[in-house]
Amino acid sequence: MKQFIPLLIASISGIVLILSFFVPEITPTIRPQTWGETVNGWFTVLAAMAYVLGAANLAKIHLKKISDRKPGWGFSAVTLIAFFGTLAVGLFKLGSFPSPQFPNTPWAAAYDEEGTFFWWIYEYAMNPLMATIFAILAFFVASAAFRAFRAKNVEATLLLATAFIILLGRTYAGSVLTDWLPDWLSGLRLGNLSVTIGQVFLTAGNRAIMIGIALGVAATSLKIILGMDRSYIGSSER
Amino acid sequence: MSHLAFFNVSPGTAIVRGAVGTLIVFCLCSTALAQEVNGNQAIDAAKGDDLGNGISTEAENEPGGLQPAVEGAAEEVPDGEIHWFDTDRTWFAIILAFVCGSVLVFIGLAARGMQFTVRKIAGLEATEEAVGRATEMGRPCLFVPGIQDMNQIDTVAGVTLLGHVAEAAARYDATVVVPTAYPLVMTAAREAMHAAYLTAGRPEAYNEDNVFYVTQEQFGYVAAVTGMMARDRPAACFYFGKFYAESLLLAETGNMTGAMQIAGTAMPAQLPFFVAACDYTLIGEEFFAARAYLSGEPQQLGSLKGQDVGKVFAATVLILGCLLKTAADATQSEMLQEWVSYLQETILT
Repeated sequence: MKQFIPLLIASISGIVLILSFFVPEITPTIRPQTWGETVNGWFTVLAAMAYVLGAANLAKIHLKKISDRKPGWGFSAVTLIAFFGTLAVGLFKLGSFPSPQFPNTPWAAAYDEEGTFFWWIYEYAMNPLMATIFAILAFFVASAAFRAFRAKNVEATLLLATAFIILLGRTYAGSVLTDWLPDWLSGLRLGNLSVTIGQVFLTAGNRAIMIGIALGVAATSLKIILGMDRSYIGSSER
Repeated sequence: MSHLAFFNVSPGTAIVRGAVGTLIVFCLCSTALAQEVNGNQAIDAAKGDDLGNGISTEAENEPGGLQPAVEGAAEEVPDGEIHWFDTDRTWFAIILAFVCGSVLVFIGLAARGMQFTVRKIAGLEATEEAVGRATEMGRPCLFVPGIQDMNQIDTVAGVTLLGHVAEAAARYDATVVVPTAYPLVMTAAREAMHAAYLTAGRPEAYNEDNVFYVTQEQFGYVAAVTGMMARDRPAACFYFGKFYAESLLLAETGNMTGAMQIAGTAMPAQLPFFVAACDYTLIGEEFFAARAYLSGEPQQLGSLKGQDVGKVFAATVLILGCLLKTAADATQSEMLQEWVSYLQETILT
């Protein structure tokens, strides 16, 4: 029974979603499309309830780390302060103010209205931190490129040459280097070459991968709906 | 065809399952019936007097038909036709049935003893090597199941692979740390790991605190995980799931700490980053084939053969379409151009 009910739920949900795709409306009053939306709604409700589990787990893990004085416990303290602080600011609408619709009611504005403490935390703490981490990506791309683009063998040499063409083709250097070519050789200009590589070779490879992915998704979904694959609920049995 | 999970059970179990299934079907039907009743009441109200109160059909029989106040409402009266299928999606249904049918056929053939050969997938063969390396170095393994929730098939496939990695770790007495971005993924991952440790005969080695929730925020998650990698220096890193911009951040950090890295994702845009930074990468369908490949069960391998049939079909359509289009443009034949148009706008839409 412990495994039967999750399997049944997964199967019925999958069948309902497939049905709602191919039979969106039987009559104007019987619309399987709404059943599919209901199933998706159930998932949203479950996911929302699961956040309570996540928050409890977060607090438990970090409190344990602090109490055990494990290396890096200071980071856990910062995490918990930020978590509970933001939770309190949002729940109690600290820094909120009357809204134009209800000018005589304090705290009438939404908790994330511009000017509230919650908005301030997101705008001036969260956004800069996210942008910082995202900015590190540029340096990681450079280090990965430096390591990967080496002419060790034929394939690597081809990769290096392609990367060279595309990188130059996207900059003014590409234009300066090859725009002097006559019109009958315009296909060899770096800008045009990079576009051709993107539109022809890259698209072809991308589509081939997508076809394989689509077939893999279809087969995996079929096995899950029919109960043949139960590994996602922690069973290695068929 | 091999038996489904719901058959071949004891009578008591069958009765309980039947009762639960009947209850669910009843709920669905009652929902549909309620919609039908509410819809009929709305229709009757629209047909009624201009105040919309009660039911009156006398207006329909008067000269001139319905009152002007309800003429607009008359347009909402359904035509009475029943649409059992969206005919715009006929070809999609046919192709889907063909692909799914071929998967089921080959699963059935495998159940009858037919042997299938699957090529070696280096990334999957290397998972045990990576776990063994972690054991020898006395450092943990890190498993990242993507940054999406359990409603994504990539995450489900990642959790499936976690079971295999955890089983290897249980046998080799290694630690697997699994930071998750969603609480549902955390619970599913815990179930998968617990089952894996039980299968390996090491239930006492399972520690549920090794699977924990970090944050749903993309860059907050990657900042936490890369921080863990820099401090704990895992010997083996596994990235199996759905990734976006954080893929290169994770892979490069793992590279800098000297970890052996194996990645798999169905996001084509992230594959180049994993290929550049990881030791092994499962590309596209190799990621979804992992479960079948690692289990080695004949019926699972049969499903891979069914996917191959789908690939052959796709390649055939590609080649035929290219030839058709080339011939249509070269000959300017109206018939060929109609066929091309039908292929593009009806079959492939």
